[in-house]
Formats: sequence, C-alpha cells, structure tokens
Amino acid sequence: MADGSPKTMTLTLHVWRQKNARAAGAFQTYKATGVSPDQSFLEMLDLVNEDLIGRGQEPIAFDHDCREGICGMCSLMINGEPHGPERGTTTCQLHMRHFHDGDEIVIEPWRARAFPVVRDLVVDRGAFDRLIQAGGYVSVNAGGAPDANSVPIPKKEADLAMDAAACIGCGACVAACPNASAMLFVGAKMSQLRHLPQGKPEQTKRALNMLNRADKEGFGACRNHFECEAACPKEIPRRVMAEAFRDYVTAAVNRDDG
Amino acid sequence: MTASITESIAAKSKKSPVDYPLSDLKLDAKVPSGPLEQKWEKHKFDSKLVNPANKRKYTVLVVGSGLAGASAASTLAELGYNVHCFCFQDSPRRAHSIAAQGGINAAKNYQNDGDSVFRLFYDTIKGGDFRAREANVYRLALNSRNIIDQCVAQGVPFAREYGGQLANRSFGGAQVSRTFYARGQTGQQLLLGAYSSLSRMIEAGRVKMHTRTEMLDLVLVDGHAKGIVTRNLTNGKVERWAGDAVLLCTGGYGNVFYLSTNAQGCNVTATYRAFKRGAAFGNPCYTQIHPTCIPVHGDDQSKLTLMSESLRNDGRIWVPKKNEDCTKSPEQIPEQDRDYFLERRYPAFGNLCPRDIASRAAKVACDDEGRGVGPEVNGRRLGVFLDFSKSIAEKGRAEIEGKYGNLFDMYAKITAEDPYKTPMRIYPAVHYTMGGLWVDYNLMSNIPGLFVLGEANFSDHGANRLGASALMQGLSDGYFVIPSTIAGYLAGQKPAAAPTEHAAFKEVDGDVQQRIERLLAIKGKRSPRSFHKALGKIMWDECGMARSEQGLAGAIEQIKALRAEFWENVAVLGDNDNMNVSLEMAGRVADFLEFGELMCLDALHRNESCGGHFRAEFQTEDGEALRNDDEFAYAAAWLHRGDDKTPALAKEPLVFENIKLAQRSYK
Repeated sequence: MADGSPKTMTLTLHVWRQKNARAAGAFQTYKATGVSPDQSFLEMLDLVNEDLIGRGQEPIAFDHDCREGICGMCSLMINGEPHGPERGTTTCQLHMRHFHDGDEIVIEPWRARAFPVVRDLVVDRGAFDRLIQAGGYVSVNAGGAPDANSVPIPKKEADLAMDAAACIGCGACVAACPNASAMLFVGAKMSQLRHLPQGKPEQTKRALNMLNRADKEGFGACRNHFECEAACPKEIPRRVMAEAFRDYVTAAVNRDDG
Repeated sequence: MTASITESIAAKSKKSPVDYPLSDLKLDAKVPSGPLEQKWEKHKFDSKLVNPANKRKYTVLVVGSGLAGASAASTLAELGYNVHCFCFQDSPRRAHSIAAQGGINAAKNYQNDGDSVFRLFYDTIKGGDFRAREANVYRLALNSRNIIDQCVAQGVPFAREYGGQLANRSFGGAQVSRTFYARGQTGQQLLLGAYSSLSRMIEAGRVKMHTRTEMLDLVLVDGHAKGIVTRNLTNGKVERWAGDAVLLCTGGYGNVFYLSTNAQGCNVTATYRAFKRGAAFGNPCYTQIHPTCIPVHGDDQSKLTLMSESLRNDGRIWVPKKNEDCTKSPEQIPEQDRDYFLERRYPAFGNLCPRDIASRAAKVACDDEGRGVGPEVNGRRLGVFLDFSKSIAEKGRAEIEGKYGNLFDMYAKITAEDPYKTPMRIYPAVHYTMGGLWVDYNLMSNIPGLFVLGEANFSDHGANRLGASALMQGLSDGYFVIPSTIAGYLAGQKPAAAPTEHAAFKEVDGDVQQRIERLLAIKGKRSPRSFHKALGKIMWDECGMARSEQGLAGAIEQIKALRAEFWENVAVLGDNDNMNVSLEMAGRVADFLEFGELMCLDALHRNESCGGHFRAEFQTEDGEALRNDDEFAYAAAWLHRGDDKTPALAKEPLVFENIKLAQRSYK
C-alpha cells in the first residue's frame, strides 16, 4: 500500500443489466470515476451504485457477502474471466491496482444453463446445493460419535482432504468450462470425503448419486479442458476430477446403485 | 481497587444522565438446582420429552443457516421434527460462520497440559469479565468435547499431527493448547460439516430450505411465538410461515458500526423485530473489537478484514518507542527502539492476552500516544506491527507457511505487501457481539416458543468472548442443547395450533407490507449506504473501544436526528416485484438506526468498565477496566415499550457460586 493519497482512475464499464429471469438483458455502459487502487472490485461497484442512486437509477445487483474470499457468494465474469485476471482470487479480493486508468471492463454474470440469471449479475446457483444433497455428506446423526482421536488419520490424507475441502462453491469452474461442467465442484467434495475413513463407506454410492444428479441439473460433461482449475479462486487441483471418475467407474462396474 | 476509586464510582452511579424505567418483569433463568457438574444431566432427565411418533406433528422454524442454525435444523430433523430453515443468502453454505479462521476450543486435554472442562469454564467466565451465567458456560465447556467428535465423524478435515492424531494450537486468554483447527479455515470446514448434515436432511425431505428469504417479523399467538413473516428477495413476495416454535439463529449485529469484519448482509433485523414484539434484548453494549485486523485504507472501504488471532501464537506485536520513528519502515527501527507493548504490560500472557485487552492496548499506543504506524488516514496513523521475523528465524519459513499460509496470502492480496519479509500492520476492528436476545437455560427468550441460538443470543460470553469460542457456542447450541430443551416446551403445546389464516398472522403481514410500501414511497435523495456509513461513524466514535457519558448522550441525539432524516430522505429505487438491493439494505439500515440507540443507552446506563465495554470514567490507575460488582453484576435485559418511549430495564442478577469474582489479571 502506497503512503499518501494514491492516484485515482477512471474506468469504462460495460455491465449486463437484466430486470429478472424472464426479461431480456443487455449491456449498459457506465463511467467509474475516482477509483482508488486500494479498493476492491466490489467497492468499485459500490461507488458506481452510489452514483447511480444519486442520479435516480436502480443500482446494479450483484451477489456478495463476506468480502474476504471465503463465502463464495461473489461471482462475475470480468473481461471474460471468472473472478477477473488474478489467479487464485475471488472478485471481492481482486483489487483495482490490477487495472489501469482508462481501462474498459466487461462485467457479466456466470453463463450456464444450470445457473439461470436472477437479476443483472446475480444467478441462481441452487443446483450446487442439490448436488451436495445428492450425496455430499457422511450419513451420521448428531450424538453418539466416537472419540475424535479413536481413528488416527495420516497427516498426508488429512491434508489431501483439506486441499479439496477448500472449495467455496462459487461456480467459477462451471462458468469457465466450455461445457459448463460441474466436475471440479463435485470432485472436490468427493475427494475430501474419500481421503477420510469416515467417508469411505459411501464412496462409490456418493460418486454415482452426485454425478447422475449433475447430469439431471443440466451441467455438461467433463472433457478435460481444465479451464476450471485455472479459474478456481481456491486453486482446487484437477486430480479431484480423476478421483471422481475413478469412483464413478468403480461404482458403475460394480453396479453399485446405492 | 483503591478506596478513593470505589467512592468515585458510587458517586457517579447515583446521578445517571439518562432516565429509563425499570421493568417489573422477573427474568427466570431456569437454572437447574444441584452441583454445577450435574446440572445439565439432571436437567435433561427432568425435562419432558416428545415421543418419536409425535415429533413429526411439530413444525420448527429455524431462521439462519450458520453454525447454530444449520446444526439445529439438521439435528431437529434427524430427531423427526418437521423443519423449515430460512436464509437470506443464495445458499445455506454462505452464512458468515464460514469466515471464522482460527479454530474451535474443546476441553479434550489431548495435549495433557492440564486442561479440563472446569478450566475451559473458568477461562470463559474470567475472559468474559464475570458477566456471564455460570450454568450456561459450564454446559458449553462440557459439550465442547462432543462437538469435536461429531465434526470428525462428519468428515471435517481438522489439522493432524504426523501420527494421525488431532493437532492443537493456543489462543488468547488461555494457558493451555485446546484449539482445534483446519488451516485458517476452521469456520468454513465446520459450517460445511453442518451444511452437509442439513443437505442430507433436505434430500430426505425432512427440512424444507428457503434461500434468499429474509425474516422481517415475528408472529405471536396468545403470547407464544408461532410464526414468522418473510420477504422473498428474488420476487419481493411477502409470506407467512406457521410453526410450533421459532429459532432465531441470525448472528450478531456488528454491522451497526458499518465497518466491521462481518459479512455485508449481516444485520440485526430478525432479533430487533423480535425485540419490538416483546423479546428482551440482553447486554446490547457488549461488543468485541478484535485486535488483529487489517487497518482501514480509505474512505470508500466497505469492510474490514480479520487476520486470525492464531497469528498471535507466532507474531509479536510492537510499535516504535519514539514518535519520530513512526514514519520509518520497520527494518530501519533497531530492536532497542521497539516497544513490544503487550509483552511489556502483560508478561504472563504476552501477545496472547484476551482480545479486549489487546485491542485497548493498541488503541492507547496509536490514538493516545501517537505511536501508530502505516499510512495516514484522516490525519492519523492507526496501525501496529505484527512481526513474524523472530518465529521465521527460529522455526523456518516452511513451518510458518504451513500454519498460516492462507492468511499471509490474504494479507498480501489486500495490502500488496509481503508479510514474510516485512511485519504485518494491524488495528482493532468490530468483530463480534456478545449481546443478543436474552435467553434462559433452555435458550428460550422471555417469549414462550422463541428460542435464540449462537451469536444472536446473549448467553455465554459475558462482556468479552475468548477466541475460538464462537464456533463452539454455535455448535453446542445447535447439535446438543436445543434438541433437548425444545422438547420441554413442545411437549406442553398442541401441535399446529395456529394456521397462517389466524388474525395475528394477518396483522403482522400487514405491518410488513406497510413498512415496505413506506420505504418505497419516500423517494428521497440519500442512499441507504450513506445513512449506514453515517451511523457507523457515530457508533465507532462514541460507542466503540472507549465510551464516555457525554459521548454516549450526544450519540443518542445524533442517531435520533439521522433516523428522522432517513425516513424523510432515503432513496429506495425500484419496486417490490423483483430483486431490489436498495430495498433490502434500506430495511436493514432502518433497524440499525433504532438499534444503535439501544446500544448507546445500555452503554450509558452501565456505569462501570467490563470486558469489551470500556467507560473512560471507570478505569484503574494503570488504565485497566474497572468493574463495579456491587451495582452491575447483572445482565441488562431491555424491553420495548413503544416507538417513542425509552425501553425499560429488567435485571437478571448474576450469581457466582463456583468462581470467585476477582479483578482480571493477565500480568
């Protein structure tokens, strides 16, 4: 962070506006002035919205909540890239110092059949919840769990599980994929649980149920483009998809229908 | 405590600058009799049960899907109740519990370092500056052990040692190592665990989940909480939901300060609306200012980012000894010119003293002594160094990276500085609110059938919460307390007693619609955000880290004026038939504009300093908080009396049978 008052920028934004799911959408162009390099991308949009309200126009709707890169609520296609140009970064953690005075920025919602637009830049990601509902859990009720240290878990396995569990469910993987596949998302949850003894009993059943549900929800098939891995703000590794395929094939071969 | 100070307190408390009526409501905490260690077991046995076949006849409305809400909703569904769960986000997985970084405490004593249930109980009561209810806190400590078991069974990937056992770290306010963690994302992993259980119950058809749905009011039928009225944030539809009990698990109200570590959507609406329907609000002035946050960078900032307290395990906090060194880069300041002020003032706990103490010490160094570092914002340098160079030299970069890698990355992203090479700069920020709706031992408010869980209640942390205890409380309430205590209430209730056609529902529905129409009809010039920001400034200046009688009295007047302007001049554009972000924000800000006043009133009435509540008039000679146990050893529960009337105060005396009241010392 530079000392003193940093220079501000003026940007031209082309923003997707759409009143609701049924209405047709279109790009609108706005000027963002007085943008500080220390602001986050969403704080820049806040400024634009304050300006719009001052002029009697409805603010741009976009999803956001924690603004510290963990809730997964923020999204946005920024110049064609999910969460913008920085690797391993959510839109809320993207700072304006990565842009230049005079830049033009195109801002769109996630585009995928399974994520219909709700308004402007807001989409409905309920399909992700339904994928987890199909089997992204260990079937255990509260109460009666054995002592937490009764089953040792090798550090390496716990770390592999945690690497996958870091997924924030933002949907960037789907938005980046030419087929709008949810394979990285599904694979992340399956990988977390397959590396832990608690998740083993339902491993193949989980694969079958979650991947079949992904088809039903309208997500495309994975064709190993790995755009998802490049776009993932939490840098979930592609190996989770290989593990998911393996479990799915095992389940299919064994005719494990749950 | 010297005699002269005691006398001056007595003199002060007699003339209160504000008039508030005392309520004659008797707050019955329903603490079970018997020895502390046996209260919970005894209470569970003495409580009525609902037989398994009858459970499905009862509907429970759970508002909020964070740790408390998701764990309560899934557990009640597992037991067989019919559950509806509501959240304003697009998915229950987004609730702000997800942002908790450092860890969760549990009295497992896996480290063999002398921990026990009683020690966790003792640390929590002491950390809370003796302003919490003993029986609730003991139960929390007891349940802490089951929480870890439950979460491991769900597949929460806690950090492990090479031998496969669970790892622990230390947190502030404790001299044992009892904090379990999943890298710097413990809240995320615990929430996703609860969310996975909730998802399983949704798939089973036992929980009906309502996302992007915000509770706007509570419905009482014959004095019992029997329903809620919500607004669908996608299409504006106002809907009524009937239930046999309502659980508010809606988190804290830190966003009353505008800038806080809370998520943007966190708000006080659900609990404040319940307050206006008769629920007592407990200790609203108890707020926690977290010592390790990234300093404010400018005027258009929307949020403050926390750096986990766990960093204080390996980071040393300091400022320059000399004011003229404050503009130098840290490398240019020699060791002998650095003031490690926490280690100096609190040698026994050092950098791991409790949050309220660490925050206030940083404020003293920056605001009062002018020794803050970092860029100047509005004429002041508000920041202290958090320095890892010694730990990196001793333990190696790899170990530090393994423990805190994601936090260091986050810091670098926000500030464009590399904390492996130069110290972090941190400053306190609003983080958590210990106050909340008053509840008894069953987590039930003074409105029968209205239960309050997690941060939304006032129950377990007194005047200051220890680190890694919020996650513990949310999950204890949801997985282990409410499943037992709700049965005691429901067993005495006829199921599905009040349908949504009942006159009480119609009336509340009408109130909600009217309020929405009123907001849309103002058509003013000033944005909801601008009002929120103005309120936040008043609250931070006068009801933040240091408070005074004069400042608080002035704040109340300023808030009243701001609120009047809001209802004349707020700009709420658009309609109520589509997603409307300004309408959502305006509704929340409107409630904050009333609630802020209640906080100031509570802070003004409490003529003592305790925990996070620091009144400049009440401090020891060396600047520590000075409690007044003779007059203020009670929980303050405020009751609404009407829009233009000062709320009435009811008191729950705090009785300490197992711990001796003492002045906190971390020296």
